[in-house]
Amino acid sequence: MGPLIPNGFLSYEWNIIIAVLIGLAFGFILEASGFSSSRKLAGVFYGYDFAVLKVFFTAALVSVIGLYYMDYLGWINMSMLYVHPTYLWGAIIGGAIMGIGFVAGGFCPGTSICAVAIGKLDAWVYVIGIMIGILIFSEAFPIFEKIYNGYYLGNITLVDSFELPASWIILAVTLLALVAFFVSDIVRKRVKKVFY
Amino acid sequence: MDKSNFNKLHVYWNPYFGGFLLGLLIIFTFYMTGRGLGASGVMKSGVVTMVDQVSHEHTIKNAYYSKFVSGDKSPMNNWLVFETLGVLVGAFISGSLAGRIGFRVQHSPKITVKRRLVFALLGGVLFGLGAQIARGCTSGAALSGMAVLSTGGFITMLSIFGTAFLFAYLFRKNWI
Repeated sequence: MGPLIPNGFLSYEWNIIIAVLIGLAFGFILEASGFSSSRKLAGVFYGYDFAVLKVFFTAALVSVIGLYYMDYLGWINMSMLYVHPTYLWGAIIGGAIMGIGFVAGGFCPGTSICAVAIGKLDAWVYVIGIMIGILIFSEAFPIFEKIYNGYYLGNITLVDSFELPASWIILAVTLLALVAFFVSDIVRKRVKKVFY
Repeated sequence: MDKSNFNKLHVYWNPYFGGFLLGLLIIFTFYMTGRGLGASGVMKSGVVTMVDQVSHEHTIKNAYYSKFVSGDKSPMNNWLVFETLGVLVGAFISGSLAGRIGFRVQHSPKITVKRRLVFALLGGVLFGLGAQIARGCTSGAALSGMAVLSTGGFITMLSIFGTAFLFAYLFRKNWI
């Protein structure tokens, strides 16, 4: 029966209310996990705090396992879910630029919104920066257009890319994450503690 | 600020617990709306709205802005804008309960406030630019993409974290 709104079980007006409630939970979870602190977030790149890695990968695993289980049980129709499209070089180059922005600024957009909410002035400046970045992209769109629209592979999943069953891929991702969690704890013990 | 109080401010949830709840929230979001979470979308809506206020003609002519302005519907009338209003309130509630509210610039004691703000601005500019090229940020592209095994989501995630690790050495003075 799911997803509920696209299948018409709930009217479109509910979408707005649900959006606010989902946002509320999203903001609360991120802030309570320490994602309003740029120094905690940046810890993952220097080995003194792996909260980003742990929260991010746990969330990804729980959601992908849960969604595929619900699909198996017939509670949700996976084929109706929005799959982020793959524009190969857009993802690689855009991701690389975001990566430098992340380690320079210490936030990503979602975490900066949380930090704005609790009064971190560096996050306010960061959000202004994001808006300037969007403005630059939009005004210079013809320069980026080729990479933005090119190398389009469709709304593909790893199931299509590797031609393996979803269960194998999910198992592989889970094992990789467990190894990463294990290694991160070892690394953290060896790295000099940073107090922030 | 005495030491015990200071320590309490930095007690956060167990990361696995936070990640587990976040995973459940992503499932709920897909179950309800058929889509995932997002964050940078609201800033795009904000920029489009502001530029549209300055010159409507300019937004229609521009191949990128024009995707997001349509007739009488405001670009701010958007799922992600409402979600972000929730994020602000949710984060404020969590911060209030832990006593973390207050205007301040957080930075390493080794750098000045000015340096922190300059790097925050530059980092933001890069992230904003990159998120447009990749059609989403850590939330919308990487996390929500990974939840449905999107190849693009995984590539974006690897690219963000891989590049950040590669360049971490250059920015080490800001953090450690």
